[in-house]
Amino acid sequence: MTGRLPRRLVDALRPGAEGHADRVVPPSGYTARLTTFTAAAMAFLAVFALALSLAAGRLADRWSGALAQTSTIRISAPADQMETQTRAVLDLLQTTPGVASARLIEEDEQRALLEPWFGPDVPVGELPLPRLIEIVETPDGYDPQGLRMRLSAEAPGAVLDDHTRWRRPLVTAAQRLRALGLLSVGLIGGATAAMITLAAHAALAANAQVIEVLRLVGARDAYIARAFVRRFTRRAALGAMAGTVAGLAGIAALPDTTDAGAFLTQLGFEGLHWLWPLTVPPLAGAVAYGATQAAARRVLRELT
Amino acid sequence: MIALKNVAHSYGHGGGELLTDITLDLAPGSFHFLTGPSGAGKTTLLKLCYGELKPSAGEIQLFGRNVREMTRDDIAGVRRRVGVVHQDCRFLDHLSVAENIALPLDVAERPPAPGDLSELIGWVGLSARARALPPELSGGERQRAALARAVILGPEMVLADEPTGNVDWEMSLKLLRLLVELNRMGTAVLIATHDLNLIRAAKAQVSARVLRIRDRTLRLAGAEL
Ligand SMILES: Nc1ncnc2c1ncn2[C@@H]1O[C@H](COP(=O)(O)OP(=O)(O)O)[C@@H](O)[C@H]1O
Ligand SMILES: [Mg+2]
Repeated sequence: MTGRLPRRLVDALRPGAEGHADRVVPPSGYTARLTTFTAAAMAFLAVFALALSLAAGRLADRWSGALAQTSTIRISAPADQMETQTRAVLDLLQTTPGVASARLIEEDEQRALLEPWFGPDVPVGELPLPRLIEIVETPDGYDPQGLRMRLSAEAPGAVLDDHTRWRRPLVTAAQRLRALGLLSVGLIGGATAAMITLAAHAALAANAQVIEVLRLVGARDAYIARAFVRRFTRRAALGAMAGTVAGLAGIAALPDTTDAGAFLTQLGFEGLHWLWPLTVPPLAGAVAYGATQAAARRVLRELT
Repeated sequence: MIALKNVAHSYGHGGGELLTDITLDLAPGSFHFLTGPSGAGKTTLLKLCYGELKPSAGEIQLFGRNVREMTRDDIAGVRRRVGVVHQDCRFLDHLSVAENIALPLDVAERPPAPGDLSELIGWVGLSARARALPPELSGGERQRAALARAVILGPEMVLADEPTGNVDWEMSLKLLRLLVELNRMGTAVLIATHDLNLIRAAKAQVSARVLRIRDRTLRLAGAEL
């Protein structure tokens, strides 16, 4: 299986280029139709699994980008207690598991954040502003319930604001969904290989007499295998093409709404992702090629 | 070309040796008959000669190579140098007679020369039947188609197993003439037959050695012919 494989795959798809190399095996409409149907159905499923996987991936990326693993603690306290409470919170955060770092947002910085809202003339420093502490979490995150309890004990003016944390399970779910979609594509490929192996096996066994005659006139294993491989590769690729077209048509026909967050309406492919399903028919051909080669090698070894 | 030395053969484990201590040398251009009663092992001996069977003892050289060391693909190579007319000449029944005769070309991936093919089909007298399917042929037509298929690659040797098995006398003579003609053009020929009349008829046309299987081994047939 070197660089020659793609060329041989293309050879296998080229119709009738080698005399009647194809015709030495009698046509069998039954296995032919079954193989084509299987490939079409599997390609159809693969397109949906791909769409699901890509859409879940997009969702996971978007949500986790917004999440960014930060939260803030707001401290509002009388002026004389502000300093001690801030110290207490920072000390507490240092010993909280799941907190990577904590940083006090300086007054200048705070003013810069507020300026666009109030304009440069407003004396921000004289407003009774709360102090802000930014927390960066470790990937595992902290326990918000526990942190809130400790904060209320040590610094009654501190409020934990973790509004983005609720999204975390959603991101995990989206990532799992993407992985499951990819796993499904893999399983579909495996099931296709298994079914084509069975069909090729049956076709080879049914043609034992033909194989015997071919051997008597000097056919090598590679020649006999090719007669079968070409057929199954072509049928699988054609069937997969039909299945892919049907799957893509189904996805293209989904209603197109731009409502953000509506997962169902975003199941389609976006941009270059439309190219992914186009790999399904050649892959189906490659799977059929490999499966039939393996089946032929085994049967021809047994038929001696 | 094909050389057997002290070869024995037995089918399966329980059965004794069907053939024993067989020594035979098939040289280029030679003409042999192999005779013996039905069941004596003529077909078995031919199968040993073209690599279909491996000997249970002794040594067989096919074109200078020990048959025991040959792979399936090597044997396939031998089949292209040795044309075989099988006793039960089998064809691919879904292909026409002409396609069946051309099959060895296709299998050897040699381009067919259309003139040669129709000339060969004419030589065996099947021009009118070229488009027929094998099941539509008579016994004699099948034998002639099998002979044409056996020689299309221009083999160095032709092994014919009972080529006149189920045809009338006239057709037997016709087939014999084809094989003698082939031999005159330089092809070695071995015909397995239990038909002594055929051998007598051949002796008038060609100098042939007649081998007989008796008591499980090979003897040169004597004056009884
Ligand atoms: N594949 C086989 N397995 C077991 N026995 C066989 C096989 N082929 C032939 N025989 C036996 O070997 C003997 C010789 O057969 P064969 O070589 O066909 O003889 P002939 O061609 O001289 O009539 C016969 O008794 C036959 O039954
Ligand atoms: Mg026989």
